Amino acid sequence: MEVRKLNDYEWEIPRSGDMLVPGRIYASEAILKPLIEHKGHEWNALEQVRNVASLPGIVKAAIAMPDVHPGYGFPIGGVGAFDPDDGVVAMGGVGFDINCGVRVLVTPLHRDDIEAKKEEVADKLFHHIPAGLGSEGELRLSVEGIDEVLRKGAYFALERGYGLPEDLEYTEEGGRMEGADPAAVSLKAKQRQFKQVGTLGSGNHYLEVQYVEEIRDEKAAAAYGIEVDQVLVAIHCGSRALGHQIGQDYLKDLEKASRKYGIPIRERELVCAPIKSPEGQRYLAAVFAGINCAFANRQVLAHLVREVLCPLYGLKPSDIRTLYDVGHNNVKFERHRVNGEEKEVLVHRKGSTRAFGPGRPENPPKYREVGHPIFVGGTMGTSSYILRGTEIGMQKVFGSGVHGAGRAMSRAQAKRKWRGEKIIQDLRGKGIIVRAHSYAGAAEEAPLAYKDVDLVVEAAVGARLNAVVAKVRPLVCIKG
Amino acid sequence: MPYEILEHEADAGVRGIGGSLEEAFCEAARAMFSLMVDLEAVRPEREVPVRVEAETLEVLFVSWLGELLALRDLEGMVFSRFEARIKGTDGRWMLEGKAYGEPLDPARHRPAVEVKAATYYGVKVGKDDGRYIAQCVVDL
Repeated sequence: MEVRKLNDYEWEIPRSGDMLVPGRIYASEAILKPLIEHKGHEWNALEQVRNVASLPGIVKAAIAMPDVHPGYGFPIGGVGAFDPDDGVVAMGGVGFDINCGVRVLVTPLHRDDIEAKKEEVADKLFHHIPAGLGSEGELRLSVEGIDEVLRKGAYFALERGYGLPEDLEYTEEGGRMEGADPAAVSLKAKQRQFKQVGTLGSGNHYLEVQYVEEIRDEKAAAAYGIEVDQVLVAIHCGSRALGHQIGQDYLKDLEKASRKYGIPIRERELVCAPIKSPEGQRYLAAVFAGINCAFANRQVLAHLVREVLCPLYGLKPSDIRTLYDVGHNNVKFERHRVNGEEKEVLVHRKGSTRAFGPGRPENPPKYREVGHPIFVGGTMGTSSYILRGTEIGMQKVFGSGVHGAGRAMSRAQAKRKWRGEKIIQDLRGKGIIVRAHSYAGAAEEAPLAYKDVDLVVEAAVGARLNAVVAKVRPLVCIKG
Repeated sequence: MPYEILEHEADAGVRGIGGSLEEAFCEAARAMFSLMVDLEAVRPEREVPVRVEAETLEVLFVSWLGELLALRDLEGMVFSRFEARIKGTDGRWMLEGKAYGEPLDPARHRPAVEVKAATYYGVKVGKDDGRYIAQCVVDL
């Protein structure tokens, strides 16, 4: 496969074979080299870019962001936009954890406030936030209750007393995705979620108390209301079992649809259906419902964080505000300029966040001039970043952003290499308190099992797709 | 060992090996639950029926693992022993089986990561070198 260098941070896979558009990879040489060397392997991100570029109705390019690595159908860090008339909706462009994403809360606390009670903060959050395999939330829902979650998203949680109305203003889509249809979601998916609303999950999901280490964009930081040493809380989780079941259910339905509409299946998870077809419409209605489920989850979790921190520091719930809530496994209709003309397209982002730049009407009024914040998760021991979208990002990558570091080592390797207890002890030596429901899980999430998040951010900034607003560091980390 | 965990960059592969297709399916299920809990500690005290149908053996296999994940959430249980009977021909395969386990007890079962889904990635079902294998990558 030919990969042509356009500049230091932009590469092209020229159109060939069935490709309808070129592939565009935004990465540094350091990121791209291992991917090229991986060529010929069964599990290959560049091959996946090419497959996405061959899907009907794709516009402009199949895009890989700097955190690109092999995924299911789409690569992780994959972005693909489709014409609403001729295009398709693809299961691999969303994945099994629909609207997995990050909500960041801003507290009025100073880093020293947390330092003074760090163990207590860690213990209380650990006990109050349901996390890990088999954990249950405090909400017990029936099918009717879940249907409400799927229709109303974060608004459902608000109605049940979780969180504040202003949280919704700072959530993508106002916390409530239009077009969700509970009837498109199977009974089994709903039943699996009865006790899981407001749970964190496990794996790479986390809840982290952080402080702002450095501000690199004063104007944006002022708009976001954050300053150096201020304490933030990041919540990373998704749509839990409901989203996973939607994925499993529609993998079968979309495989049939692919065959019915004569679309070649280049990878089993890359099954799809024309957007306008009944199958495509139904899948979209299910995904939008899954998006709402994730919004509701994060809304409940934000409330639980307030329940811990407010009494501990004598705060009112409104003293802790939502900075933003943004997903990174999504598919959405959006307006973009394509070949000089503004039009609606269906944008898939798998392991990539929306990153709308300055001026977009979707941004909350306070952020409109600078673009909304996006969150790039580091590891338990390293920095995370708050970035924002740019005008160039709007033009080149449909206003998309990077979302994380990506693994450098398999979970099995990490478990052989490290013991969870030791990892937690070492991090404590660096001033980071980790509370994990599973030592094995902590070993799998060892900081060195991940790639360097700085490299990812450097490439996103180098390509001018995203801009750095702030760098943050963890103080307390709760793992499932 | 009749099951193996396969190396994978971000997630993990599960492979069941056995003298029959059924055994390979059951061992792969054990592999999947071994990622989540300490299998030895899970007592096979309660049985739950499982039934899946599919057009191909590969889809049957991935659906079987998917169904077991659903049962984990629906029953609040983890499983350590499995039985399966597979019938059919291409075009229509059916699996009837049982999963044995108990309600999750974090103190005893020492949970690790939660498997989100079974995928078609690296899926392989069939006879290989005189034995049967069933394998795929699971999303963590």
